[in-house]
Amino acid sequence: MSIWEYANPKKFMQTSGLLLPWVTGLAAIALVVGLIWGFFFTPADYRQGATVKIIFLHVPAALMAINGWLMMLVASLIWLIRRHHVSALSAKAAAPIGMTMTLIALVTGAIWGQPMWGTWWAWDPRLTSFMILFLFYLGYIALWHAIEDPDTAADLTSVLCMVGSVFAILSRYAVLFWNQGLHQGASLSMDKTQHISNVFWFPLIVCMGGFVLLFVALLLLRTRTEIRARRLQALLLRERMA
Amino acid sequence: MLPELGKYAATVLGAYALAILLIVGLVVLSLRQATRMRDRLRDVEERVKE
Amino acid sequence: MIVLLIRDLRLAVRSGGGFGLGLAFFLLVAVLVPLAVGPQADLHARIAAGILWLGALLSCLLSLDRIFALDHEDGSLDLLATSPIPLEGVAAVKALTHWLVTGLPLTVLAPALGVLLNLPPDGYLWLFLSLLAGTPALSVIGTFGAALTVGLKRGGLLLSLLVLPLYIPTLVFGAEVARRGAEDLAIGVPLALLLAVTMGSIALLPFASALVLRINLR
Repeated sequence: MSIWEYANPKKFMQTSGLLLPWVTGLAAIALVVGLIWGFFFTPADYRQGATVKIIFLHVPAALMAINGWLMMLVASLIWLIRRHHVSALSAKAAAPIGMTMTLIALVTGAIWGQPMWGTWWAWDPRLTSFMILFLFYLGYIALWHAIEDPDTAADLTSVLCMVGSVFAILSRYAVLFWNQGLHQGASLSMDKTQHISNVFWFPLIVCMGGFVLLFVALLLLRTRTEIRARRLQALLLRERMA
Repeated sequence: MLPELGKYAATVLGAYALAILLIVGLVVLSLRQATRMRDRLRDVEERVKE
Repeated sequence: MIVLLIRDLRLAVRSGGGFGLGLAFFLLVAVLVPLAVGPQADLHARIAAGILWLGALLSCLLSLDRIFALDHEDGSLDLLATSPIPLEGVAAVKALTHWLVTGLPLTVLAPALGVLLNLPPDGYLWLFLSLLAGTPALSVIGTFGAALTVGLKRGGLLLSLLVLPLYIPTLVFGAEVARRGAEDLAIGVPLALLLAVTMGSIALLPFASALVLRINLR
């Protein structure tokens, strides 16, 4: 029994079909518990007031935005090296989820920044890198949609994902450098998780778990759709040949 | 019912509303694509079998 | 490979090769920006370096889809793929050609356009040097993007969407060198980082371009 068995689409469909309801249920429970806990039962921060409650959406979304891209990178590598179709299709399925997570992180960040920093948008390194990450997701998805042949599309997007990862990291440091060159220290730092009190920390953990499970559930669902789409295409092609 | 949000009520509610809207949108979209694809595949598979 | 370089250069310079279009576009950007932001000379002086870098980058983007498109249409790309030259070499030569007909003229033209935008006197040398160091990276990255979209009918817009995010590090460091040069600040660190990005791109990206070309020609 090894993990590569799930590279067989049929095996994957069976297992994911069994897992999907459980993961979905757990994700729903964790999200509902975490968000209700965070929204109704946490005190207002003495400095930030009630806006601190946004953290329960903002941080988990940002987490999954980056992890989503990492997952795509791993899946692309597996596709290029071992050529398992499920892997390539799961990377395709993950991209819109990751992009939505990036968008959530950006939007909640902007709404949070408005009262805290007095502006919707600042060219802070973190904000800028997330905007850049969003652009990378956009290009990746656009390339998937542009190419007809599924195997060619999988190959090309995998290479793009690898090259893009290198340049995304480069951009991250470039932006860090660029902003330090313009502004002094980070008065906009968001690293409060370091000294966040337990009152916020526990619901935040539940929310992060909920977002991870939500990502997995959506990923399974979308990968199943992609596998079915591939099978449909193959069947139609065979029918036309016959 | 709502907790005391102070002067930031609009901000917090707006952030939650938008984020939940985006998540629900993604979930609904994924579900719709999933059911549509499942139905189409089932139709074609039945036709192929005949 | 030298024969290929000479052939590509001839094709590019011949009429219809779009040789002058990028330069004309660059000039237009430099003329349109002051019209858009108003006639204050001190404002122009502050943004001149950034505008010229952005203009050079966009002009570079314009001619990218020509890198492989013509060769793909008439089938000579398939011939090149089966020729004894490694495809990595072909990709590198294509990038070099693109730089020679686009990046280099833009670099030479940029200081002249600096006059239009009231660039501070200290800035000219660093603008020129930063473009000289940065535009090769733009050509190499662009060649990768062109290789990705080579088989597509309407690849132009997609090409921009794919390539522009990859241009970000070069743009940040390059414009930083030019800006700091114009303001008479230390430029050592961004210049070193810009060169690092360029060298890394030149060393590694032709391999990615060749890999992508092979997939597309399958």
